[in-house]
Amino acid sequence: MEVWNYFRNNQSDVLHWLWNNAWLAGVPLVVGFLLALPIGYLASRYRWIYPPTVTATGLLYTIPSLALFILLPGVLHTKILNPLNVVVALTIYTLALLVRVVADALNAVPDEARSTATAMGFTPRQRLVGVELPLAVPVIAAGLRVAAVSNVSLVSVAAIIGVPQLGQLFTAGFQTFSNAPILLGLLLVILLALAFDAVILLVARALTPWQRVAQAR
Amino acid sequence: MIRFEAVSKIYPDGTVAVDHLDLEAPSGQITVLVGPSGCGKTTSLRMINRMIEPTSGRIWLDDRDTATVPPAQLRRGIGYVIQHAGLFPHRTVVDNIATVPFLLGQDKRSARERAMELLDQVGLPASFAKRYPAQLSGGQQQRVGVARALAADPPVMLMDEPFSAVDPVVRAQLQDEFLRLQHELGKTIVFVTHDIDEAIKLGDRVAVLRIGGKLAQLASPAELLSRPADAFVAGFVGRDRGYRALGFTAAGSLPLRQEATVPLGLDLSEAAGQAEDGWVLVVDDENRPQGWLALTGVAQEALHGPVTPDLLNLGGTLATVEGTLRAALDAALSSPSGRGVVVDADGRFLGTVSASQVLARIEEQASAVRTARSALAVGSEA
Amino acid sequence: METSLSFANVLTWLNDPANWQGPDGVIARIGEQVYYAIIAVVIAVVIAIPLGLVIGHTGRGVVVVAGMANALRAIPTFGLLIYLVVLISPRIHSRGDLPYLLPTEIVLVLLAIPPILTSTYAGVQNVDPEVRDAAKGMGMTGSQVVRKVELPNALPLVLSGTRSATLQVIATATVAAYVTLGGLGRYLVDGLSQLNDPHAGYPAAVAGAILVALLAIVADLLFAFAQRFLVPRGVSGRFRSTAKAAAPTSVSAGPMEVTVGPS
Repeated sequence: MEVWNYFRNNQSDVLHWLWNNAWLAGVPLVVGFLLALPIGYLASRYRWIYPPTVTATGLLYTIPSLALFILLPGVLHTKILNPLNVVVALTIYTLALLVRVVADALNAVPDEARSTATAMGFTPRQRLVGVELPLAVPVIAAGLRVAAVSNVSLVSVAAIIGVPQLGQLFTAGFQTFSNAPILLGLLLVILLALAFDAVILLVARALTPWQRVAQAR
Repeated sequence: MIRFEAVSKIYPDGTVAVDHLDLEAPSGQITVLVGPSGCGKTTSLRMINRMIEPTSGRIWLDDRDTATVPPAQLRRGIGYVIQHAGLFPHRTVVDNIATVPFLLGQDKRSARERAMELLDQVGLPASFAKRYPAQLSGGQQQRVGVARALAADPPVMLMDEPFSAVDPVVRAQLQDEFLRLQHELGKTIVFVTHDIDEAIKLGDRVAVLRIGGKLAQLASPAELLSRPADAFVAGFVGRDRGYRALGFTAAGSLPLRQEATVPLGLDLSEAAGQAEDGWVLVVDDENRPQGWLALTGVAQEALHGPVTPDLLNLGGTLATVEGTLRAALDAALSSPSGRGVVVDADGRFLGTVSASQVLARIEEQASAVRTARSALAVGSEA
Repeated sequence: METSLSFANVLTWLNDPANWQGPDGVIARIGEQVYYAIIAVVIAVVIAIPLGLVIGHTGRGVVVVAGMANALRAIPTFGLLIYLVVLISPRIHSRGDLPYLLPTEIVLVLLAIPPILTSTYAGVQNVDPEVRDAAKGMGMTGSQVVRKVELPNALPLVLSGTRSATLQVIATATVAAYVTLGGLGRYLVDGLSQLNDPHAGYPAAVAGAILVALLAIVADLLFAFAQRFLVPRGVSGRFRSTAKAAAPTSVSAGPMEVTVGPS
């Protein structure tokens, strides 16, 4: 097949791009998530923080990626094709998405579980770690999956600004008007996205044994 | 001992939930807070473990002012049981029970062992240990909730309508088992319910609160039934007070009438010979009553074959010889033959008693009480 | 050169009226972008809302559709765009944008359908079963129940799904400039190829980026207002509160609502 040949001929580049795509999507996912946790927690704990936070993050999320890829170099004083632009941009999107998810997930924890924990003598920190976060895992995991898949896909747009990753297959294909690189790119991006999705799903399942049991009833 | 000292709770919008409550819950006893919605019973309960902070007044736990103890620490020494158990869905049953011991830093192994003991004590099989709350019924979850409250062996337990969310049959079982457990453990318990019958059944002392958070009466159940403090309490306690009060008086030694009984399997024609007024009591081979056999109006020819369970009338209740006047009266009233069946502690037949005999005993006792009371009144006036 | 990547000339560019007028001017570009977006959203709405109503009302096909919507999210829109352009444009022999517009619109429609579809059927399913029951009990036929009961109650979610879809479309339409279309993305793409030009280079690109961000924000706000005024009073805020054990599934309104994806 053409696609396979293309891959063989450009193997080292393609693998290099695949690897780049993975960490360009993955690092923002992790960093964005870690930043979203405290902010989301505050937004769930203190009611008045929630609306402005959600609005602000919502606004951030509406900014098209290409626009952000172009604005950031000026702000960060980096070169246009510096991957850092992509990492920062995607971290912003991940953060914007997950803050709301974390806040909603924590709010969805049954009040009874929360107040029982307090009544039994959990300190707020113990309650958060021992009760609220574990129960929030399913919803947070769902949000993480959306963020992960979305990140993988967004990275490819950065080919327009010259960052080396799988999106280069698309631009190459456009420039030469040939299908093979495009199809290869589509295939690899989709596989990468599904891989992220599966990993998060499996980890979430492992962390929530009580859910499996409830469904088995 | 838990003591409320002029405790009030007033919310910012002016609602008075609890109004200068003075109350003492003696150690080792069950004190029930009961009243209509809005009487502040749950608020009062939750002020004990500082889930709600009083606006004024103090609450004493033995000799400590609860306000001086850090809340988390205070709560770890108090067992807390609520309506829907509030079990942590993400932890197994055994880990749910062991929650407070874990919090207190106890090592996991011994905490879980203790949890298994408690599981047994609340009447659940050991196989439930690794299950999750979602796999348990409401009644089972409630038992786990009680076990969890007991895990750190707190001297005090707070219970907020713990049995309200289950159906009446399960509720009665849970109440009986709870009484049995308390008999073994002797905790200081403050129990909130909206059900006056539950309060009367479970409480050593009952505090009736009125809307607006004021105490209307604090008394033993018997006294609540026989001498309600005012119209509100009387209305709240409800009808059939006299009858229900009989549940608090021992029947004492009733004149039991020996009568012939018939074993299962005996031939019907022989059984007919034993019947009085057309009824004979049928027992098993351990002399435990199985039911009444009706023989009036049955033709001689139909009387063949053995006495079998499906022929029996099961209408009558059984009164135990150590039981209450209420049980004795009910046994007599519900018996199809008019003769109430009395059994010993092992359920073996002792004799029968008639309704008029029980009533005679009731009147005897009532008049004795009246005499004693007027003697007291005279004495105190003297 | 780093020195040219500064914001210094952006204001100059924005203040220059020449940049606003004419076929290459801001006004024209905004018009083009809005035009591309509206076509896609309208088509998507026409397809997705009725389909979503049927799926939600009958309850059939939910799993299939949900699964597909999820899977579609994994497809990179940029790649899909390029693929369709390469595939389709050589076959269309007409003047103007059509060879590139057609594949772009296909991608935009495909992008817009999932959020509208899932939010529509979720909205219908979220309708309190007792309300539905009462409606049937009063003698409403299936389609009347849909029109008079389910749709109005599902409106908040439908609107939020459409809002999501619109934002994604606007974002992707920006990238469409890469495949020679117009729109505000033109400034970004062109600017990238002449970064060092102090007028048409980075400053133009940044100006374009700011403008497209503003366009997205304005569109978002318009939807917010629409949601506030179009949704019947009794319905707004009538989300079924997340039940305990059902937390993960019923908050599918959460991450699903936020399938706002720039592309």
